[in-house]
Amino acid sequence: MSEQAVGNGPLPVVPYLKGAGTEDPYLEGLKCDACNAIFLGDRVTCSKCGARDQLQATRLENKGKLYVYSIVYRSFPGIDVPYISAIVDLDGGGTIKGNLIGVEADPANLTFDMELDVVYGDALGRKDKDGNSYISYFFKPAV
Amino acid sequence: MSDVYVVGVDMIKFGRFPEKTVPQLGSQAALMALDDAGLTIQDMQALYCGNLGQANAMVGQRILQEIGQTGVAVVNCANACATGATAFREAWMSIKAGVFDCVLAVGVEQMGRGLLGGGGGGEGIPKEGLLGSGTMPAVFAEAGMEHARNYGTTFEQFAKVSVKNHHHSTLNPKAMYQIETPLDTVMNAEMISYPNTKLMCSVNVDGSAAAVLVSEKKARELGLNRAVKVKASVLTSDPYSDRDLVMPDVNGVTRIAAKQAYEMAGIGPEDVSLVELHDCFATAEILHYENLGLCSDGDAGRMIDDGEVALGGRIPVNVSGGLLSKGHPLGATGIANIYEVCTHLRGEAGDRQVEGARFGMTHVIGLGSACGIHILEKVA
Repeated sequence: MSEQAVGNGPLPVVPYLKGAGTEDPYLEGLKCDACNAIFLGDRVTCSKCGARDQLQATRLENKGKLYVYSIVYRSFPGIDVPYISAIVDLDGGGTIKGNLIGVEADPANLTFDMELDVVYGDALGRKDKDGNSYISYFFKPAV
Repeated sequence: MSDVYVVGVDMIKFGRFPEKTVPQLGSQAALMALDDAGLTIQDMQALYCGNLGQANAMVGQRILQEIGQTGVAVVNCANACATGATAFREAWMSIKAGVFDCVLAVGVEQMGRGLLGGGGGGEGIPKEGLLGSGTMPAVFAEAGMEHARNYGTTFEQFAKVSVKNHHHSTLNPKAMYQIETPLDTVMNAEMISYPNTKLMCSVNVDGSAAAVLVSEKKARELGLNRAVKVKASVLTSDPYSDRDLVMPDVNGVTRIAAKQAYEMAGIGPEDVSLVELHDCFATAEILHYENLGLCSDGDAGRMIDDGEVALGGRIPVNVSGGLLSKGHPLGATGIANIYEVCTHLRGEAGDRQVEGARFGMTHVIGLGSACGIHILEKVA
């Protein structure tokens, strides 16, 4: 699976996070040439219009707006709470889900459409069974 | 094509039965539904069985091994929380197709405790709490927050759904809980995923429900006294929407199902006397008032504020107590809500009876997504 040497790092948390370990990580979407729908992850057919083999890799923007969120207080054992689960519409297209950090987890601090940056960093110290570290994406209030 | 009737339907009281097996639980409801119809397992030409937790383990056949191995066709199906409705619909279709005159549908589930969903899976490291949350309370919280975003719906309005459904269940002896939960109790309960507190999450319970479906010919032979007519049976999958793959869209899938169901039944939302809809979380119920056409878009908050959806209101919703309080045994839910509606149409719902009920609607969502809707009509 991994394109990189085992035991090294960081590896990308999801396959559509590109440039892990470089100065310039980014998220990559697939855009349908026929209908402009944007997808995350590998596929060959557009599920919006059904076009085949018309999906082109496109670099997604590192800026977006908060669409909706939930503040999670109860999760699975070993996962730190609370945290903000956020769904973010990226400028230029594409919607992604992730943790919103850099702001206290309180509805009073969160407004729909608030401007967010996509930032990259270590995946909260989580490592896989081979000891590899990972780089993840997060959202932060725009500076 | 023949009309299809429910002539027997029942459910066990939902609860926690770790000492029983899944087939034993399913058998209980199956026998109750057969008794309700005045028929035996020997009269059944097929069994459609819905179960999620043991989807690969021939639950339908194992039910027959408990109550009568007649050699008939058995279909086991799994469709997330739409599993029971899917089994019922498969049974309905077999009669519509003219293949059978008399079949049994069973939905059954034995649940563990705790959170559903999330967990991550896949390659690498767990993603829960790293790339947001995949837990069901959070996913449905986010769906509710979309309504808050669009219409200003408040935490308090979402919480009122739980107050209502927990109140309804005090009138339903088959519900898991019969406990009043005032608004401050609901809002001050442990926050699971804002804005869903613990009392705004459906209850994990064990349960089963079953129905006997027959053709018009068979129904006339048996007598139509307590028969309920299936006016519409619809199953849909999630149509493409821009955020669907990141944020499951329970709205689009319900809206197309509702439209088809009303057309098939030849009625409109104004004709419906009661609705059992998929209140897996309090946030979800609000969305479905609009998705099912019970009110116009943006009016759901007012509906809960004004009590229009409470027993005695304009269009009572989840008078059984709903998934929030009756409980949500995933594979059984879609047939349990058919039991509830049939009970009202038969005028047998006791203290929670919706007076004069003529048409009733059931609705379930299987996240991923599936929507099953049935419209049922009083006959006699």
